[in-house]
Amino acid sequence: MSENRKMIETLELSKKFGDFTAVDKVNFHVEEGEIFGLLGPNGAGKSTIIRMLTTLTTPTGGTARVGGFDILKEPEKVREVVGIVSEKMIMYDRLTPRENLRLFGKLYNVPKPELEKRIDELIETVKMTKWANVQIGKFSTGMKQRINVIRALISMPRVVYMDEPTLGLDPASTAEIREFIKKLKEEQGLTIILTTHIMNEADMLCDHIGLIDKGKIAAIGTTSELKSKITEKGRTVVELDVLNAPPDAYERLKKVEGVVSASQMENCVKVIVSHENAFQDVVDAAGKSGLKLRNASMTLPSLEDVFLHFTGRAMVDEVKDKVPTGGGGGHGPWRSTAKRGR
Amino acid sequence: MHVKRALSHSLWIAHKDLLEFSRNRVMLVMLFVFPLFMMMMTGYIFPSSSSLKEMPVAVVNLDSLNGTAGNDSLTFITTLNSVNARTGFFSFQTVGTEDEARTKITRGDMKGAVVIAANFSENLMTGKQGYVTVLYDQSNPTISSQLMAVLDGVINQMGTQRAVMGINMTTGFDISRSVSMVTPYKVTNKGTVSGNPNYFSFLAPGMMMMVVMFSVMQGLPRAISHEKEAGTFDGILAAPTSRFSIIMGKTIAQSVRGVIQGSVVLILALLLFGVNVTGPLWLVVLLLLLGIFSFIGLGIAITSLATDEETAGTFMMVLQFPMMFLSGVFFPIEQMPWYMQGISRALPLTYAVQAMRKVVVLGAGPQDILLEIGVLLVFGIVLLVLAIPLFKRAMAR
Repeated sequence: MSENRKMIETLELSKKFGDFTAVDKVNFHVEEGEIFGLLGPNGAGKSTIIRMLTTLTTPTGGTARVGGFDILKEPEKVREVVGIVSEKMIMYDRLTPRENLRLFGKLYNVPKPELEKRIDELIETVKMTKWANVQIGKFSTGMKQRINVIRALISMPRVVYMDEPTLGLDPASTAEIREFIKKLKEEQGLTIILTTHIMNEADMLCDHIGLIDKGKIAAIGTTSELKSKITEKGRTVVELDVLNAPPDAYERLKKVEGVVSASQMENCVKVIVSHENAFQDVVDAAGKSGLKLRNASMTLPSLEDVFLHFTGRAMVDEVKDKVPTGGGGGHGPWRSTAKRGR
Repeated sequence: MHVKRALSHSLWIAHKDLLEFSRNRVMLVMLFVFPLFMMMMTGYIFPSSSSLKEMPVAVVNLDSLNGTAGNDSLTFITTLNSVNARTGFFSFQTVGTEDEARTKITRGDMKGAVVIAANFSENLMTGKQGYVTVLYDQSNPTISSQLMAVLDGVINQMGTQRAVMGINMTTGFDISRSVSMVTPYKVTNKGTVSGNPNYFSFLAPGMMMMVVMFSVMQGLPRAISHEKEAGTFDGILAAPTSRFSIIMGKTIAQSVRGVIQGSVVLILALLLFGVNVTGPLWLVVLLLLLGIFSFIGLGIAITSLATDEETAGTFMMVLQFPMMFLSGVFFPIEQMPWYMQGISRALPLTYAVQAMRKVVVLGAGPQDILLEIGVLLVFGIVLLVLAIPLFKRAMAR
């Protein structure tokens, strides 16, 4: 790939808060017009990386270039080419969508005649024309998120950061937003950095994925590249559905010959084995150690398994993801599981 | 181009803040209710001479001359009544004995008693002094001091009259000569402006300054910490907008709010509480703006030091309360002990209130408040110089 196609490039990017290293000498690049996923558990450093790339926080070491501008030397220029879709929605409830977009358009110095036209178009693309002059406070979360997304586009950015863009949305809105993100990439050639907890969302949308753990990049590549890292040496994933699994069930399987790693989320135990023949050994060992199996199967590796493979730790979010809890509370159902898992 | 852009950004941010504010009904109502409430509360809590009306006071006449009350004691009571009729402070009721009067005071039925001694008329007729005892309710110092003052006046006046008559009768001098012998000094009280200012005239200028300056000191940190918590501040910070435009926009919005609030106090004071502005109105507005200016730095400093809404609130409490009570808004600072006055003199609000009071009550022009204007300017500039680096540091986190 040629130099000028790199939209974002980090160079030993680091951030310390006192003694705590949130981001540790991170190096990666994002090509123009791709969707790049940053995946990792809460507290891994995803948000801090994005805050540095949007100039909201200054790195304590290293630097990065965004759209050809250095985040330390030319922060103003970086801000001009960057848009943010934050998890905490950036808009004012007492203002209408039009007023919100106009305010930010002005702050991004969009020329007046163009601004009004662009506002109309953006509102049209998310089918909110009817609601353009209604105060946002009256909207549902799904409607708000559409405005939150187009707000980031008012300045015609070249890069957009999307932090958990589907968090807390109902399935219909989630699908809509994902579709919209895809369209932005395909029709406008926008470069997008996406952080998400949801593995299949990353699988669906991202061209490249960076796995982040404890402030470091654990692995980087396309989804299939990452998955093939598991399968290339003949490794495979064994998934056990255990009846009333004790919390240390996975520990009992770690010592079995041929097992590379093991992890557990409630009743689901996942084991990566070095070759298919180890499958029977794992099942036998489970039986011997007193685990009652309801089901055992060999599966294709998921991104979750990839994360486990590279970090030795479960990302914990995915299992819960398949069995969505009712939610409740202001936060999405994934957060609480993430905390419990750690 | 750079300056124009920065200014345009700050105006848009101010516009946004004011738009939000104007759509917040609770806040709009509070804009009127808060000053009204404050004026009513503070204005009516403190007693003024005009608020004392018909306080029940017992009159015990023990004087007896040949079995009936003497002429002199009866004249005394008549004069007491006629003097009281001018002000209506008291309502006199005749009570039989001193003990009965004491009981009534203890029970709270009476606020005081005037006891004329048994040999009052006899003493006066034989060239001795006539004794009068005033009993008062010690549980209510303000009322009793009023009572004492008024009774003193009455008794003085009667004594003077009697002396004048005595001289007139014994020497044959005419009345005016007799008067000048008894009271050689005549004192007249006169304010420097016409009219009769009430407590509200004292209160309104102070309230106006306080409301305006606090609205900047409070509003700025509130507005910014609220946006930080809501997450919208990231949106503004991530835009190609200078930090200067942000703080400037917020300050403009809060200043406009402050001036509106100050005007509400002024209008209420003029319409409902009988206050007159004797000085030039433009000077009143100028002082409001100057007050805002002197507090902007403080507002920015609190914003930078307090990371969330709660901390900002705590900061405010700590700063606001002493300022409220030590700046002479509700009481004249001269009545405080010297060390408290020292603290008072270090607070900018003291000077702002002092200047505003001079303009509103005393009709002062700009040349009369140069010291106050100077202090406010210096205070504002020093705080801004200190606060801006703090703000820059806080934003760079």
